Amino acid sequence: RGGMLAAVLLLLTAAGPGPGPVPVRAGRDALREELLLSPLPDGDVAATFQFRTRWDADLQRGAVSHYRLFPKALGQLVAALGVRELHLALTQGFWRTRVWGQPPLQAPAGAELWVWFQPTVTDVDKAWEELSNILSGIFCASLNFIDSTNTVTPTASFKPLGLANGTDHHLLRYAVLPREVVCTENLTPWKKLLPCGSKAGLAVLLKAERLFHSSYHSQAVHIRPICRDASCLAVSWELRQTLTVVFDTFSSGQGKKGKLGSSALWSLSVHSTSLSLPLTLLPTDWSLFKMFSRTLTDACPLASQSKVYVDISPKNKEKELLEVTPPPASVHEAIVQGDKRTYAVYDLLSPSLFNTSRSLNVQLKWKRPQDSSDLPTPILHAQRYVSGYGLQTGEISTLIYNTHPYRAFPVVLLETVPWYLRLYVHTLTIITKGKENKPSYIHYQPAQDRRRPHLLEMLIQLPANSVTKITIQFERALLKWTEYTPDPNHGFYVSSSVLSALVPSVIAMKDVDVDVEQSSLFTSLFPSSDGSSYFVRLYTEPLLVNLPTPDFSMPYNVICLTCTVVAVCYGSFYNLLTRTFHVEEPSRGGLAKRLANIIRKFRGVPPL
Amino acid sequence: ASAQFQLAVPVAVVFAPGSVPGDLPRPLPFRDVQEMEIPVNLRTTVTTRYETIYRSTTAQEEAALGAATAREADAALRPLQDASLGSLTMYVVPETSSLLPQGINVYVGKHRGTLVRAGEGLAALRTRLQQLTQVMSFTVSSITAALSDRVPDGQLGPDARRHLKSSLGYEITFSLLNPDPKSHAVDWDIEDAVNRYVQPVLDKLSLVANFSVDSQILYYAVLGVTPRFDKESSSFLLSAHSLPHVINPVEARLGSNAASLYPVLNFLLYVPERSHSPLYIQDKDGAPVSTNAFHSPRWGGIMVYNVEAPASPQASLPLHVEVDMVRVMEVFLAQLRLLFGLSREELPPEFLLESPGNEGLADWELDRLLWAHTVENIATVSTTLTSLAQLLDKIGNIVIKDDVASEVYRAVASAQSAVAELAVGHLHSAFQASKEAVTSSERAFFDPSLLHLLYFPDDQKFAIYIPLFLPMAVPILLSLAKIVRETRQRKKEPTKMD
Repeated sequence: RGGMLAAVLLLLTAAGPGPGPVPVRAGRDALREELLLSPLPDGDVAATFQFRTRWDADLQRGAVSHYRLFPKALGQLVAALGVRELHLALTQGFWRTRVWGQPPLQAPAGAELWVWFQPTVTDVDKAWEELSNILSGIFCASLNFIDSTNTVTPTASFKPLGLANGTDHHLLRYAVLPREVVCTENLTPWKKLLPCGSKAGLAVLLKAERLFHSSYHSQAVHIRPICRDASCLAVSWELRQTLTVVFDTFSSGQGKKGKLGSSALWSLSVHSTSLSLPLTLLPTDWSLFKMFSRTLTDACPLASQSKVYVDISPKNKEKELLEVTPPPASVHEAIVQGDKRTYAVYDLLSPSLFNTSRSLNVQLKWKRPQDSSDLPTPILHAQRYVSGYGLQTGEISTLIYNTHPYRAFPVVLLETVPWYLRLYVHTLTIITKGKENKPSYIHYQPAQDRRRPHLLEMLIQLPANSVTKITIQFERALLKWTEYTPDPNHGFYVSSSVLSALVPSVIAMKDVDVDVEQSSLFTSLFPSSDGSSYFVRLYTEPLLVNLPTPDFSMPYNVICLTCTVVAVCYGSFYNLLTRTFHVEEPSRGGLAKRLANIIRKFRGVPPL
Repeated sequence: ASAQFQLAVPVAVVFAPGSVPGDLPRPLPFRDVQEMEIPVNLRTTVTTRYETIYRSTTAQEEAALGAATAREADAALRPLQDASLGSLTMYVVPETSSLLPQGINVYVGKHRGTLVRAGEGLAALRTRLQQLTQVMSFTVSSITAALSDRVPDGQLGPDARRHLKSSLGYEITFSLLNPDPKSHAVDWDIEDAVNRYVQPVLDKLSLVANFSVDSQILYYAVLGVTPRFDKESSSFLLSAHSLPHVINPVEARLGSNAASLYPVLNFLLYVPERSHSPLYIQDKDGAPVSTNAFHSPRWGGIMVYNVEAPASPQASLPLHVEVDMVRVMEVFLAQLRLLFGLSREELPPEFLLESPGNEGLADWELDRLLWAHTVENIATVSTTLTSLAQLLDKIGNIVIKDDVASEVYRAVASAQSAVAELAVGHLHSAFQASKEAVTSSERAFFDPSLLHLLYFPDDQKFAIYIPLFLPMAVPILLSLAKIVRETRQRKKEPTKMD
């Protein structure tokens, strides 16, 4: 297509530059950008950006050093360190699966990094350390705190998402930093990796002041090798940059300010969209402008596809689609995570979209469910908490819910616990419906103090419509005084546990073998195995555990106290040695005598 | 840090029959040593020794000199010369020789050989030879540039700070900046251009350092300065004084190779946006720069590549642009030579330099680079080790691990052997030794265990014990005060007695 276009251009501009026919290296790399807006069951709105750069070159050979759309920094990293697959997510907030439903891409709070290395890498630990240090520089995150005490090698939970001919899990490293705070300084380098930056296309919406004023913010980078074509004889590399943000309808300019905000919106959107907008908006109405304080004006000129999807699936019992303005050019139906969804599609590259108006400001109206009890519950969700009292022992409990009415399915649970919580494995109990549930696979790697964390992986069968409770007791270790983090009384984080499952679909999914290059991006990161189930990876809440924390001013207090005692002793001893003693004349009497004299004075009697 | 360098250059002066000056002091062959001192600063001196052998041609050389042109003679003489790095061979041809063109007295070949026309007497020949030796090995300015850290500021020429610091490797990054991808779809065949023009030069330079080349295309990358519109030429102008501000906003997007620590050389090709084209760079006098390019010392170069406006303004956008890589690479290669200090200096018109051809670099130019880098490396090692020693002096209780100590010993040994090799004129082994010395000294200096923040300064230890020292000082001070009071009273008492 590019070649044809160029040829046409040359014909048009006979005096154009460039000698002879233009050698177009078509198809070498391509960029697709996509924004998915989905109203969440409780009235919040999730926006998921995906930017996918596909490069038909083999990065591993080391010969490739000429970059176009693919960012040079990441490409060199992949080539130099023998990375086969890299997944990095930086997240602020927690995805509330129960009220928000299954996320398109979830990530645990904080920073998560998992990497598959090439079999040619001899020292995986060294490459992992180097990689985390370099990534920490690229993304301005504290990934350099990833070391052996928080790195694990899961055996079952994390399989390569891309092309891989061996899954020797010794080449895998996984680490989570739950304490990491994600903010603007992480977003800026992430945006810098986009070919268009934040200057054009969907990325103009990515303004930090709005993105971080939200309930959930997660940005991720996924690099993986994929098949170049159906025959899969050559490898292409795919870089996916995803960003998910959940806007709270109440915090984003609603409530009292709602009227004001909507009238401002009204005046701004007059020129752009149809005039059928009611002046008073319902609380659950939202628009691009309201969420991002910007509208879309163009596609990234480098993108071969630039689309906005809006989930307009029916939310009420009458099964009517949500109303969206401007009217979409096309409607896309797909089965996503066991659910039939309808999407309104806006293609930013189609010239007709910007014909009528200069900018695109998608607005959606829908009635928010009045009663929070009739929220649809996701089939698989989980919850975790720490219990117990005192500073010696405690208990971690994980509740896993399977709300599927009739299907049981297995789930892989990955638990990473830092070494300073000493797990008592014999106290591990898994109880479903009052009966003990024996896991069919357990991989447990005990911790070594100051060297590696506990790793517990289990394959648990979840019966239909059940709650499974997993408890394990632990003892809190005493740390050395240099090992405490700043502000130790805040507590120590235990990273989220990971649940991976193939969840059976309620409605049969069409086993459609669609070309990945054509289908929407939000459906194509995780491979779906067959039509009857879909892959879900969930993260539970991170835990905050208090450790016995000493009074850190104590050493200084001790020094002060002993020093004072020593000084007092020294002072009196010194006085004793240096003072000259001489016999004192008999005093003129004590207090009693003086009192007696005063009384005698009053009586007019001469003093004693 | 003080340093004494002795640089020995082996030179062979070969007289062709009929060119031997009459006033030779001794019959051929004989040896002669000339010493020259280059003052750098009070503690650094550089002594150069030109160890010259004067001899007459062998039969083979004579045959080679019988070639028709200087170029052919140079090629034929190459296998007969001393091929070791740093050595020079000068063939003196008779005054009437037709080998050299009219008006040319000195011909410098592609390798390490030269042809010199015999002059009137030995003295004239000697000055010519000395000038030639300096051109082909090092001059006072090239040595002071290499030791620029030690030279007092005022004495340095403007060029001295342009050269890249000696390093074990360099990353060369070509970046195409396209600030306006909506109007221009710019494509460049960088891969082919690098293979064709840059790689030969780097292959030659691989002796000096490791090189890696990569390229990228950056979109929406704009320069930091808004160009001025010139009505007369209906073009946009960037004046010379605004050029320093051009790079900063671009630099943030260039990035560096995350997986290496070598210095980066950036070459940027800037295709101005449609609303700002054509864009021309003006020099200090206001005249447009013919190459439309400029370089930034120790950083790299920038070239502005204007896209011709389409004949019809209605032509559909984006306009496809294929970059003419020959034009671009000519500029970038010239800048690369400039940054490495390989620019050809102003020479008298009687000198003729053979163009290095496809390799981009003559053998003797490589030698020049090696001389300068060896001297610079040794100076760097001495500076690094001195500051390491200063740090250790400052912190008395610092722990020096065995591997750090062995790196320091290795650095000292390598630096010493480099100095010794320089003094006997073995340039190649001296350079290798100086490279090893740099590696070892840097490894020792940047060892994480030598971070001075790891050690408490003594004043802080004292501060912790203030609660002890303060109450203990109170009785001592009080008794001192008492003594003072008593002595004063004792002094007063006698006057009272009076």
